[in-house]
Amino acid sequence: MAKEMGSVPSQTGAVTIPTAITAPRYSEWRRIARVFFGRKLSLIGFVLVMIWIVVAIFAPLIAPYDPLETHAKDTLAHPSAKYWLGTDSTGRDTFSRIVYGARTSLLIGFSAVFSSALVGTIMGLAAAYFGGWVFTIIMRITDALMALPGIILVLLIAGLAGGGIPVVIFALGFGGIAMQCRLMCGQSLSVKQNDYVMAARAIGMSNWRIMLTQIFPNAFPPLIVGITMGLGGVVLGEAGLSYLGIGVMPPTPSWGGMVNVGQGYLFSNPELSLAPGAALMTLVFGFNMAGDGLRDAIDPRLRGAF
Amino acid sequence: MNTTSQNNIMVEVKNLKMYFPITRGLLQKKVGDIKAVDDVSFEIKKHETLGLVGESGCGKTTTGRCILRLYKPTSGEIIFDGKNISTLPESKIRPLRCSMGAIFQDPFGSLNPRQTAGSIVADPLKIHNIVKPSEVNDMVADLFRMVGLDPSMMDRVPHEFSGGQRQRLGVARALACKPALVVCDEPISALDVSIQAQIINLLEDLQEKLGLTYLFIAHDLSVVQHISNRVAVMYLGRIVEIADSDELYENPRHPYTQALLSAVPVPDPFIEETRQRIVLKGEVPSPANPPSGCHFHPRCQIAIPDCSQIRPELKDIGNGHRVACIRV
Amino acid sequence: MGNLLKVQDLKTYFKTDRGLVKAVDGVSFYLDEEEIIGVVGESGCGKSVTMLSVMQLVQSPPGKIMGGKVIFEGQDLLQFNPKGAEMRSIRGAKIAMIFQEPMTSLNPVLTICRQITESLELHLGMSGYAARERAIELLRLVGVPEPEKRIDDYPHQFSGGMRQRVMIAMALSCNPKILIADEPTTAVDVTTQAQLLELMKDMVTRFRSSLIIVTHNLGVVARYAQRIYVMYAGRVIESGAAKDLFKNPRHPYTSGLLKSVPRLGEKHGTRKLVPIEGLPPNLINMPATCAFLPRCAYKIKKCQEEPWPELRLAGDNHHFVSCYAELQEKL
Repeated sequence: MAKEMGSVPSQTGAVTIPTAITAPRYSEWRRIARVFFGRKLSLIGFVLVMIWIVVAIFAPLIAPYDPLETHAKDTLAHPSAKYWLGTDSTGRDTFSRIVYGARTSLLIGFSAVFSSALVGTIMGLAAAYFGGWVFTIIMRITDALMALPGIILVLLIAGLAGGGIPVVIFALGFGGIAMQCRLMCGQSLSVKQNDYVMAARAIGMSNWRIMLTQIFPNAFPPLIVGITMGLGGVVLGEAGLSYLGIGVMPPTPSWGGMVNVGQGYLFSNPELSLAPGAALMTLVFGFNMAGDGLRDAIDPRLRGAF
Repeated sequence: MNTTSQNNIMVEVKNLKMYFPITRGLLQKKVGDIKAVDDVSFEIKKHETLGLVGESGCGKTTTGRCILRLYKPTSGEIIFDGKNISTLPESKIRPLRCSMGAIFQDPFGSLNPRQTAGSIVADPLKIHNIVKPSEVNDMVADLFRMVGLDPSMMDRVPHEFSGGQRQRLGVARALACKPALVVCDEPISALDVSIQAQIINLLEDLQEKLGLTYLFIAHDLSVVQHISNRVAVMYLGRIVEIADSDELYENPRHPYTQALLSAVPVPDPFIEETRQRIVLKGEVPSPANPPSGCHFHPRCQIAIPDCSQIRPELKDIGNGHRVACIRV
Repeated sequence: MGNLLKVQDLKTYFKTDRGLVKAVDGVSFYLDEEEIIGVVGESGCGKSVTMLSVMQLVQSPPGKIMGGKVIFEGQDLLQFNPKGAEMRSIRGAKIAMIFQEPMTSLNPVLTICRQITESLELHLGMSGYAARERAIELLRLVGVPEPEKRIDDYPHQFSGGMRQRVMIAMALSCNPKILIADEPTTAVDVTTQAQLLELMKDMVTRFRSSLIIVTHNLGVVARYAQRIYVMYAGRVIESGAAKDLFKNPRHPYTSGLLKSVPRLGEKHGTRKLVPIEGLPPNLINMPATCAFLPRCAYKIKKCQEEPWPELRLAGDNHHFVSCYAELQEKL
């Protein structure tokens, strides 16, 4: 439905130029949201992630016990009214540890992914915009980083530095920089071809301003999907490191660590490993589904809009 | 020779060359040059419209970009309002950009899809501190009105506008700083026929009102003849003919110009019936490997052996009409 | 003697997520033997979709041919299954189309030889060797230099103009009765455009086929077409002999276009262009009245009350126009 905006007489004379726009006002984000929430799977994924985020934020209100508190008299208890998912070998309440474990997973997940995105994006943007030796150096660095298999890199860093949350964040984040950098560089190079970047130079815009206002907003959106999917991978990565004993150190609750400890009691207290396993599964599944849905909602629009 | 700021010349281009290196191999060794602009000289007078015409690969867009210093010329001089800008560093060019406006071809690609229309037009004002921040909005509204857009659409993003409206935004952005020179690079080729006339009229009206000087780059000869006072024809990096608009049409002397004019169809079947047609043979050669001597000689109907040896210079044949052909 | 091709009341609609687009909304035209006609209009007027509908190449979904007849050699082509054997035997062999973008219409992984001979083998049953010889001959005919050497090249090894020539060769390979050129001049330079159009005209004369030129360029149709159909928002709004149409345009859109286009040869500064005001129509949810109404300088009261007028004879000589306020005086 065209909306008549009314005519505006041009300054030069009697000719009036109707300025009707050809399409009703709509926001691109609204359309993306409509497609995203319209799909069942992405909706489920989104809900799952939201549930865990809420759990993580309100952990003190949800968990009945302190996750680090041991109840020496009730070790290896089975699920009951007192301990909803039972206790582990030192008497800590599994349910509370699952709840607080969400904090660990989400904290590490978001920190690692966002920091690698930040570093990778800045590197990629600089490489694409400045070209020349800046590009060459940055590309060779990412080449070197990508030559090492991600897992080995993560294991090396975590193993050598001895584990703990900051180390885990660093290890998992570091591994992701190369890919973010490459992605961002590719996108930026393609955005750079557009006339509006040249137009910005023609009006005298400084390099920094061009990178920030012209290139970045247009090159970045495709990376959003990768970041969302990356969250799932990082959560799993942390779980893996903790499982191997070089991630988050006990007694801090970590789902991976709990699986590791729980496997010793697989037949007597299966819930010790199954519960954290299930928690991991639902969170990662949630991230992946949401990421998929986001990609579908953004992608075809992106091709048209940019 | 007087300094150009004293007489009526806005831009003087002297022996402009723009070569792009062709590199091959891992170490990016240079194996040759694409001679996009190959020793081009001309001038643009104040308040006139100079049309720059030619087919793809002729170097007209590159010439325009060199004048705007979006490229740094390989050699040669560009004298803008008395100042030689061809070798200035980027930092010194930036303040000058205020006096040079640019309008681009693609109304869809020349506006940042992530910025509002108002902020796109406001950018030059903010960058060069033309007005106080509190007055920017008013200036943008004035600019919108000047190009025939409703200022209430300032908050919209480009994809909410039609092609013709986007091109008007491009014009508003180019004129924000009240430039003296505007380089229009194919400003209407991507628009619907019924909209092209609106933009052509807008450009003409603004020129009259603001005393602008235009370099109008296009491949459509009919439009160029209509809007330009003088026209320069380019072929494979060189200017082959330059003359007043009407003179060029009535008395084309270079064989390429003649063929080009004959190839343009006129929307009148009666005229078309009686027109003589010159159909060129062959194709435009690659700028990486141009023919020797006169670039046009392989396709020229009046070529002689000397044509492949000598590079013809622009010769004045009277009335401001210059031709680069040894047979003329 | 009947027409070679007769299209009656063709309707092709597209379902989009913003609504129904009536891309072609009741278009009729005809084509006789050895004739060149022009179908003129701007982007979105439906001219390309009309031709695709004739060839039954409309992507369905989202498009669908909703009605009408396309009568060729006594049969209604729309009765045939678009993917069926009858349509396939007509496409390429009897009715051939040259598209705007040669790079995307040629298969990049097949040699030119393969692409031309494929058609020859399929439609004319030629053997491998004979087909190859014919392909070389066709390339020579359309002006590709050293065709014996270039026959085995791939599309990316040709320049833009050469690729168009190859497309013309492919289209002509089976001696079609009708050649449809869809915006043949948009992607090429002016001098190449002249070469290609002259070539098409020569070929059509030599092979005694008919040519439909679909374009937005009024000059091209003035030069080549004998009859012209002007389209706007999915319908034909004026049709007639080229000379009549240009001398005496009856529809405000046609006359508006002619007045808004600069002409080579007019002295600089003598004529100010008169643009058509307003914006091209939005094809979604079109009102029932004339689509040109918002931009028309000649509208009368009837235009706002009645639905879009039918094509009616204006004057003499098969000059039809779809307008209530038919322009009487010469413009």
